Amino acid sequence: MTSAPLISVSELRRTYKVKTTGGWFSPTAELKAVDGVSFDIRPGETLGLVGESGCGKSTTAKLVLGLIPATSGKVVFEGKPVAADSKRAWREQRRRMQMVYQDPLGALDRRLPVGAQAMEPLDIFGEGTKAERRDRMLALFDAVGLPRTSVDRYPHELSGGQRQRVVLARALMLRPSLLVCDEPISALDVSIQAQVINLLKDLQEQLGVAYLFISHDLKVVRHVSHRVAVMYLGRIVESGRPEAIMRAPAHPYSQALISAVPSPRARGKERIVLEGDPPSPVDIPKGCAFHPRCPLATDRCRSEAPELRPFGEQRHVACHRAGVSITSARGAA
Amino acid sequence: MPSDLQQRRDAEPRPLPESITHRRSAVRRFFDAWPPMVLMAIAWLTLMLIIALAADYIRPYDFKALDLRGRLQPPVFMGGSWRHILGSDELGRDVLSRLIESIRVSLLIALASTLIAAVVGVLLGFAAAHFRGIVEQLVQVLIDLQASMPFLIIALAVLAFFGNSLMLFVLLMGLHGWERIARISRGLAISANEQGYASAVRDLGAGPWRIYGRHILPNIAATLIVSMTLNFPEVILLESGLSFLGLGVQPPLTSLGNMVGYGREYMQTAAWILLAPAVVIIVTTLSVSILGDWLRDRLDPTLR
Repeated sequence: MTSAPLISVSELRRTYKVKTTGGWFSPTAELKAVDGVSFDIRPGETLGLVGESGCGKSTTAKLVLGLIPATSGKVVFEGKPVAADSKRAWREQRRRMQMVYQDPLGALDRRLPVGAQAMEPLDIFGEGTKAERRDRMLALFDAVGLPRTSVDRYPHELSGGQRQRVVLARALMLRPSLLVCDEPISALDVSIQAQVINLLKDLQEQLGVAYLFISHDLKVVRHVSHRVAVMYLGRIVESGRPEAIMRAPAHPYSQALISAVPSPRARGKERIVLEGDPPSPVDIPKGCAFHPRCPLATDRCRSEAPELRPFGEQRHVACHRAGVSITSARGAA
Repeated sequence: MPSDLQQRRDAEPRPLPESITHRRSAVRRFFDAWPPMVLMAIAWLTLMLIIALAADYIRPYDFKALDLRGRLQPPVFMGGSWRHILGSDELGRDVLSRLIESIRVSLLIALASTLIAAVVGVLLGFAAAHFRGIVEQLVQVLIDLQASMPFLIIALAVLAFFGNSLMLFVLLMGLHGWERIARISRGLAISANEQGYASAVRDLGAGPWRIYGRHILPNIAATLIVSMTLNFPEVILLESGLSFLGLGVQPPLTSLGNMVGYGREYMQTAAWILLAPAVVIIVTTLSVSILGDWLRDRLDPTLR
């Protein structure tokens, strides 16, 4: 897979001005939600984005789709820049890039039958006649495994899994080349999660759509992704192939994250428990943002922020001590 | 104690409540879907509508026709003759004929004004919610301006300056209540914009007309309809009040409030002149309120 990237994100930043205290004249501070994120996604590929809550995953998703304006940085999708200006070009890009939401019930209008809602992208872009739209909608309902009888039902009459299928059908209606899935399964039952994950994989094979798959569930991400990026405090700290990262995480944060995945084989293995909470994104520590919680931190980590550098095959890590295992370092001490 | 237990064990199992064992009869299901009060309200409003539409054909007399020899005739149920079923007024005009014409005029004013208020209110409310910033501030100022002045005073001033025609009167009444609807629709639209369904449609690439017209408006319609049904009786009463003061509908045209206003002079000797329109005002406003309440529940598919 060495084709040109479908979407290319470089040095994406998004900051918010926040008041440090509640007063009228209190000084404002900068909240760095996303702080210099870069990645590419090739056609038909899945990039998994993992990280704990509040690390900027969802903000990244919105920035990538141009739903909120970026403070700085660039997103190029199919050769054209993505700008959050709701202009013609932006609207036209909606045909090619779509979003799947975390809460399917919230993302659907409870006063319209789901069939009409799934057809809505076609209405918006005025594609086909009424009968053609209906045919395309029914074909997609079949593809996502929704019974045709559910077309005239309202969202609250469907199960959680069916609702997410409706959201998927709506997102796929215009045959996009990129689907951004923001925690698409975390609101679903475990049994239904597996169905939706498999459906996503099947659809990728059939339609060749690329996914930016955002989740905090590492096991799911490993299952669906071709590549994984681990985020911490608005930055990507490690990226690479999922098997490689899961087997031998190089960044200490990824090591801790992966050791926290429950697994029947991990019994007896030592769990890496991080000290403290993630720092506030308003007040990111100097040097490496992870150093206050990192058991491997040195003086260099406290003063100099590490760049995302190549580390082995198809892999990048942002750490001065990349590749040093926390458990073995502890054993040596 | 053991005998007590024995007894209980031997006792026949208690029959299940009727609601579980028996399927509800068709009649009961009908009345569950259409409560009697609502049916009565619908029936009354339909009757009013028919009267308003067919006023020219069902009036026994011309509502302006004088009969000076048959003045202040009591209605049938107060010992009068069948010539004037609801009696006649101080100029010998048939009360029934005037009532029919009044229903037409009052209903027209209330309906048109409420619609005007709703359209103006929803448009301004949505504009404020969509553009925010300076537009929102402006709308807010307008709302506060309207809300801070007693509407009766505004109405008096406008009618005194511009004279009085039915058209102007309807437009003026349309200014009543728009600020409440604007405030409600602005607030609801802002909160809807934050909700998933509206932003999801926006993310699909939909324009504002589609977002507001197809998604947000139906979702907040229940509240707006209730607000409109509150506005409707208020307009009737306001029109009555203004007509009562002599600033509303001008004679020889007549309206419900106009009839009450002119009938008050004969309250002690000929109460029927004012009684009939007063009853119509009360029952109509009540019916609209009942209907609006019921419609709100009915329009929500999640409550069905």
